[in-house]
Amino acid sequence: MPDGATPFVLDVKDLKTVFRTRGGEVHAVNNVSFTLKPGELLGVVGESGSGKSVTMMSLIRLLPMPPAEIRGGSVMFEGQDLARIPEEMMRAIRGARIGMVFQDPMTSLNPVFTVGYQIMEPLRTHMGLSKAQATTRAAELLDLAGIPDARRRLADYPHQFSGGMRQRVMIAIALACDPKVLIADEPTTALDVTIQAQILELIKELRQKLGMAIVWITHDLGVIAGIADRVMVMYGGQVVEQAPVRELFANPQHPYTRMLLETVPHIRGERAAKLRVIQGQPPILSRAPDSCPFRARCPQAFDRCAHENPARFDVGPAHDAACFWDFKTGAKRDV
Amino acid sequence: MFDTSGAKKLVEVRDLTMHFPIRTGLLRRLTGSVKAVDGVSFDIYEGETLGLVGESGCGKSSCGRAILRLYDPTAGSIRLEGEEIAHAPFDKLRRLRPKMQMVFQDPQASLNPRMTVAGIIGEPLMEHTKLNAAKRLERIYELMDAVGLNREFANRYPHEFSGGQRQRIGIARALALNPKFIVCDEPIAALDVSIQAQVVNLLEELQDRLGLTYLFISHDLSMVRHIADRVAVMYLGRVVELAPRDALFADPMHPYTTALLSAVPEPDPASHDDAERIILQGDVPSPANPPKGCNFCTRCPRVMEICRQIDPVIREIAPGRHVACHLYAEDTHKTAAHAAQPTEV
Ligand SMILES: Nc1ncnc2c1ncn2[C@@H]1O[C@H](COP(=O)(O)OP(=O)(O)OP(=O)(O)O)[C@@H](O)[C@H]1O
Ligand SMILES: Nc1ncnc2c1ncn2[C@@H]1O[C@H](COP(=O)(O)OP(=O)(O)O)[C@@H](O)[C@H]1O
Ligand code: SF4
Ligand code: SF4
Ligand SMILES: [Mg+2]
Ligand SMILES: [Mg+2]
Repeated sequence: MPDGATPFVLDVKDLKTVFRTRGGEVHAVNNVSFTLKPGELLGVVGESGSGKSVTMMSLIRLLPMPPAEIRGGSVMFEGQDLARIPEEMMRAIRGARIGMVFQDPMTSLNPVFTVGYQIMEPLRTHMGLSKAQATTRAAELLDLAGIPDARRRLADYPHQFSGGMRQRVMIAIALACDPKVLIADEPTTALDVTIQAQILELIKELRQKLGMAIVWITHDLGVIAGIADRVMVMYGGQVVEQAPVRELFANPQHPYTRMLLETVPHIRGERAAKLRVIQGQPPILSRAPDSCPFRARCPQAFDRCAHENPARFDVGPAHDAACFWDFKTGAKRDV
Repeated sequence: MFDTSGAKKLVEVRDLTMHFPIRTGLLRRLTGSVKAVDGVSFDIYEGETLGLVGESGCGKSSCGRAILRLYDPTAGSIRLEGEEIAHAPFDKLRRLRPKMQMVFQDPQASLNPRMTVAGIIGEPLMEHTKLNAAKRLERIYELMDAVGLNREFANRYPHEFSGGQRQRIGIARALALNPKFIVCDEPIAALDVSIQAQVVNLLEELQDRLGLTYLFISHDLSMVRHIADRVAVMYLGRVVELAPRDALFADPMHPYTTALLSAVPEPDPASHDDAERIILQGDVPSPANPPKGCNFCTRCPRVMEICRQIDPVIREIAPGRHVACHLYAEDTHKTAAHAAQPTEV
């Protein structure tokens, strides 16, 4: 399939998603832009309601419309704009070329079908495999996802698996059609740390073997630090900072990122006597923002922040931050 | 850090057991039991925070609820300021209730949606005090101030608040009767990172100001390292290790504690390069059917022959450090003899 001249597997520009509810509009995603290179793992962090899930659901068009409405933007994937192609073309991509794993495997797995059936389903519809071929492939996938005795377990139902194993099943399903991009929305949030460690190990292994690009949504900075190549920080429906993982942790340039990194306690090293607090609450997204969404909680805020929503400024190599304050010079930005 | 020598024991838990019956079939016949808490002993000193950690289903909440007598324990002893409460009758419990309170995980589910904030915070005052309406409102305002809620919100309903604010309402309610002891069951688990710090700082501040004692239940080990003075680690209904906080995090002794700590991802990319992570295999066995011998033997990287036969007892192997593991048995025979006594049927 021709990819055009772009070096990106996914190129999202100015994505805008609004929910129209009885209580008014919710501007969940505001001009979100990002790219994904082949084989890259992009971590997406941000607090709940910051728009992480809605962004990703918008680009694969998995939102209930209405109330959701995609108001603008483009999503280039394999030479097509996913925001514009007809739904039947989208169906051929979703779950096949773009795989998905969600937080709660129990709600995404169907309790009345065997796990084997659910892995074979996309193999048969998207890849046209025969039943025998699909069975063999399904067993391979379960095995790849680290489920012992895979062939036999195909006949089991979801409730016969533990939470961690169900997430492995979800990963097997997501990988079934050899996707180019995997979108994982808080896939380990509901799991215990020892099980999370197993899944993270599995993902690292699978990346080496299969080389797909991954978007990994989480609110856990520790998980991000361990698996991401690059990190995108979201706040109030916007991307506020984006940088390679080491750069972001060593050299954060947005006030929100800087405070977020100081508010989490560590398990090793020095123990802070008191936790840093980000005062206040996240913004209510009832209008398209005409000011900085972090303004109410930002210790750096000044008059300009109240009148203008900052663009993403380049603040270093492959590093940008949406803030009028320049931490490198310790002064207001003059652009 | 908190010094236990000379400190007063506020809560003493001995061999606490909390089994839930499993009933199956049409006749709901008793076919087994979930051993949620299976012989747990520890003390909580006045003014300290004891952290209780462990994976989902290991019995943390059951333990906390049994201690507060929100459950009727199956067996064991619980003393609050020396008074036995494990099997205390209702009227005695009612008298002691004000001293011990609970803050719940899900502030949404634990607050009555049809009551105003003032109603929620004032309810325990109605039940347990003779304050008149004016005095009660005064106390409600005082509590709202203490937890950082604007007094103007007194007549609003829980759904009008954010998660962090709702947790503050829950804390204000728990404080209403001037308790000495509060069980905080995952009080920050449902909150965002940026809000967690607000609530944890509030809990710490209130502890300093009011001399509170906490049992802080959490699966967030980094946060427990921040807030706890001592830490108890649970696995499958048992406390496998109990130690002062710094010792536990710097030098875990039980193989489960070691694995648990090594599984926590640090928010620091460089720490992941050289981390020698212990990846435990498999899942936690069912508490309805725990393995014979040491209950960690099915996943323990250091399992020995004896572990599959004999259940290790928890012993103090260095000052303040309690561990339940055969690796630390100075005299296996003695330990074996002890553990071989029938502990349950
Ligand atoms: N009321 C009950 N009836 C039957 N079983 C129960 C009951 N409450 C808890 N259990 C079982 O007891 C065990 C311990 O549960 P508990 O809620 O104490 O775990 P926990 O350590 O608090 O877990 P989590 O971290 O998920 O809150 C689990 O197997 C649970 O399913
Ligand atoms: N079905 C919906 N109807 C109305 N608003 C919604 C709906 N789904 C999400 N939202 C809103 O969109 C915003 C972003 O949500 P989401 O992307 O789920 O956040 P995150 O994944 O970062 O926690 C939030 O304000 C949320 O309340
Ligand atoms: S633009 Fe202004 S308010 Fe927004 S983060 Fe930067 S300094 Fe703070
Ligand atoms: S007693 Fe044996 S199985 Fe249990 S923790 Fe110690 S070494 Fe491991
Ligand atoms: Mg989400
Ligand atoms: Mg619990």
